[in-house]
Amino acid sequence: MGLLSKKDSRLILDPLADNNPITIQVLGICSALAITAQLKASIVMAISVIAVLGVGNVVISLMRNVIPSKIRIIVQLVVVAALVIIVDQVLKAFAYELSKELSVFIGLIITNCIIMGRFEAFALANGPWRSFLDGIGNAAGYGLILVIVGFFRELLGSGTLLGFQVLGDPIEKTGVYAIGYENNGFMLLSPMALIIVGLIIWVQRARNKALIEE
Amino acid sequence: MGLKQNLHNLKEKYKGTKMAPAFNALHTFLYTPNETTHSGSHVRVVDDLKRTMNTVIMALVPCLIFGIFNAGYQHYAAIDASLRLDPLANFFTWDNFILGAWTVIPLVLVSYGVGLLVEFIFAVIKGHEVEEGYLVTGMLVPLIVPVDIPLWMLSVAVIFGVVIGKEVFGGTGMNILNPALTIRAFLFFAYPTWMSGDKVWVHGAKEMASQPDAISGETILGSLAQNHDYAYSIWDMFWGFIPGSVGETSTFLILLGGLFLIFTKVGSWRIMLSSVIGAIVMGLIFNFAADAGWIKESSNFYGLMSEPFWHHLILGGLAFGIVYMATDPVTASQTNKGKWIYGFFIGFISILIRVFNPAYPEGVMLAILLMNVFAPTIDHYVLQGNIKRRLKRLKAKTA
Repeated sequence: MGLLSKKDSRLILDPLADNNPITIQVLGICSALAITAQLKASIVMAISVIAVLGVGNVVISLMRNVIPSKIRIIVQLVVVAALVIIVDQVLKAFAYELSKELSVFIGLIITNCIIMGRFEAFALANGPWRSFLDGIGNAAGYGLILVIVGFFRELLGSGTLLGFQVLGDPIEKTGVYAIGYENNGFMLLSPMALIIVGLIIWVQRARNKALIEE
Repeated sequence: MGLKQNLHNLKEKYKGTKMAPAFNALHTFLYTPNETTHSGSHVRVVDDLKRTMNTVIMALVPCLIFGIFNAGYQHYAAIDASLRLDPLANFFTWDNFILGAWTVIPLVLVSYGVGLLVEFIFAVIKGHEVEEGYLVTGMLVPLIVPVDIPLWMLSVAVIFGVVIGKEVFGGTGMNILNPALTIRAFLFFAYPTWMSGDKVWVHGAKEMASQPDAISGETILGSLAQNHDYAYSIWDMFWGFIPGSVGETSTFLILLGGLFLIFTKVGSWRIMLSSVIGAIVMGLIFNFAADAGWIKESSNFYGLMSEPFWHHLILGGLAFGIVYMATDPVTASQTNKGKWIYGFFIGFISILIRVFNPAYPEGVMLAILLMNVFAPTIDHYVLQGNIKRRLKRLKAKTA
């Protein structure tokens, strides 16, 4: 890669696979279960978290030398809260329907463990550029899992992708519904999201035995 | 050369290869193997896991045969209601058997075919012996689903139940949840239109729904949940001439199966008895509440609450669940005291869910799954209590 040094590109690529925040660190599970019933919601959530974590990491990194360590958690909360409010307002302005669908979960990005985790573990000890890459990478790793889970849940649960009926019309009985296929209602319930995340973890660790803990 | 010798040769031929577990399983399922352990101490007993499983299957066979007749009988009786006037005369007929076999046997075949295929694949990949756990599960599954469930749905559910319910935990003996009930719960939440309502329990009811001579195949629990009366007598319920999942309608045969399991010491009488007690206690509480006038007749719950407590025992899948699934030795409590607690809450919660959640008229499935989760905790506290009591006794002695 010409654009990034090898060390920097690892900051982005590692969290996508071998150090994924959801499947390896098991952080940010709650929102992965809550909003992945539709692919569109998953994608918006992923983009929102990328924006919040990318910018947030830079802000914290710039302030890292002036934050008294005793109150650093509160400072971090203020930063992430401010960013989340901005994202929320942008969604309300430009994608009102979607923001109603995501409702409280955009606000709850504040409590997403990945964000505070990266602030604490990375941004407080590294420069702004590296922190930015780290934030983008981790949020993208989180988003990747969200999109995978959202893809399967929407496809198998509602027979649609991004709202398009890719499997045919369940009421008119066209496409695969003509031969007796039916949507799997269980996919729309949260437990199934947990099981899909579990299956991803299983596949990942089966492919890379080094990830298996004792 | 007999079959046994053939199987033995096959086994020898594949020894040490990847496919070995599959041939070992075929051999030991049918015959006692000749070889003995070469080192260490070993115990020789007749009731290994396969024999235990076969005992349960034997206890299930009457339910299966009855279920086959019942599938046909419910279909014809729904078309011609006069058949119901004399169920005994019209039940064991060839017509019923042929139609029933046509609908039920495919369920059994799919359940075993898919389930054992998954087990064999896992055994070959992981390189261990094929585990016997699916033998009973495969027989239970067709008995606890509605007759008209599409076969592909059953296959999906079986794959889910065996992989997620059992193999991810390490296979037979390690699973937390009863696999047969995991399969049913998956179907129930994934395809509710095929698992509940008044159109799924009788073969053909769904197709005839749009025609003028539509037939109603509501279960008794379904009717009660809507405060409707039902047209079946107590003896119909006891012998099992009522609509329901394939093999769970006949309380009489389940009772026989239960006695057989207790007699052969395969099923725990403690769990069965305490479950019945739990159901009776909850039923009595509801009866009392209904009699005392705490609940209005117009209430949604009145129909089920005022139903005499002992009817609950012969209605729906409670008896089947208690005898064949609550007693699953892997997922139940292991300690004797734990078994009483575990069983009691299964009965208690079954009736609670049955009455208070009209969307889930059959509470026994959810009650058993819930208590499966709690079983290790119950055992833990029973053990701790025992240790504490003995420590106290020891202190009293030494002091």
